[in-house]
Amino acid sequence: MDLLPLAAPALPLDEAGRYVAGAYVVFLVLIVVYVAIMAAKLQRIERELRELASFAEHRSDGERANGQATPGREAEVASDV
Amino acid sequence: MYGKGLRPLSIATVAMLALSLSLVFFYAPLDADQGFIQKIFYLHVPLAIVALVGFVVGGVFAIAHLRSGNRKWDAYSYVAIHMSVIFGVAVLITGAIWAKASWGHWWVWDEPTLVSFLIVFLMYATYYPFRYAIEDPERQARYASVFAIAAGAFVPLNFMAVRMAESLVHPRTFATANGGLPAEMMLTFLCSLAAMALLWTTLVKFELTAKSASGQVKRLRRALDAPVPGSGSRIAPEVS
Repeated sequence: MDLLPLAAPALPLDEAGRYVAGAYVVFLVLIVVYVAIMAAKLQRIERELRELASFAEHRSDGERANGQATPGREAEVASDV
Repeated sequence: MYGKGLRPLSIATVAMLALSLSLVFFYAPLDADQGFIQKIFYLHVPLAIVALVGFVVGGVFAIAHLRSGNRKWDAYSYVAIHMSVIFGVAVLITGAIWAKASWGHWWVWDEPTLVSFLIVFLMYATYYPFRYAIEDPERQARYASVFAIAAGAFVPLNFMAVRMAESLVHPRTFATANGGLPAEMMLTFLCSLAAMALLWTTLVKFELTAKSASGQVKRLRRALDAPVPGSGSRIAPEVS
């Protein structure tokens, strides 16, 4: 490659402006894409937490219902204590 | 735990980015040689410095992991390298745009600075498949740490070799033989560098917080003995 570009004069403002804007927009887009990916991850975590909370509630409801339905369970628990 | 202090850090980052952009476009003088196109310098060079330092930091965390055996340091190392790779993508794209505007070429293959950065970037691009190829989490963390240390040691060596090489067209930013930057440009550059360093730190912390939350959800799922959904990363280490 020759070294002629070294001697090239500075680009006019309208042309240079496009390149500068391009570089800064690329940076901005990368950050926005990253934040969007992180937002998707956080949504997934929130959804999983909701599922787990619902699972835990159903399980405790089920255990409570089983405890009431089993005859003699209260007496068993009382004797343990 | 990882989210502690994230909000003030984020605010400081946004404020610093706003300040540095204001300085770039309203305070720093136009370069006598390159004119307006030189404004890319305040984005490209800080990104490159932070990315390279980030790779070294990833190596330092990997040393801490191998010394202590604590998986937390492996997660730190992974996230530091991950973030530096993203910054590296930005460095390559902004550098190509600057090269096209200044030299008339998107890429110059006989320029040591460009090619050396590409080599470092490609080396770290292999970190993901390398990590992904190992199933056992303990071995994965150990091998990834060894990679991070070796690659992290290569970065400063590579940087020094390039500085000593005879450059064809890429400018030496802090070459003192022909004078450094004027005070206004130096102040703007330092603010931009601080903004990029803060951005890197914030994003690393953000990523670690998300990984920690994900790890806690998995722990909770195991404790509740709940069914496991199909989602989840095999590459990224868990943070608890």
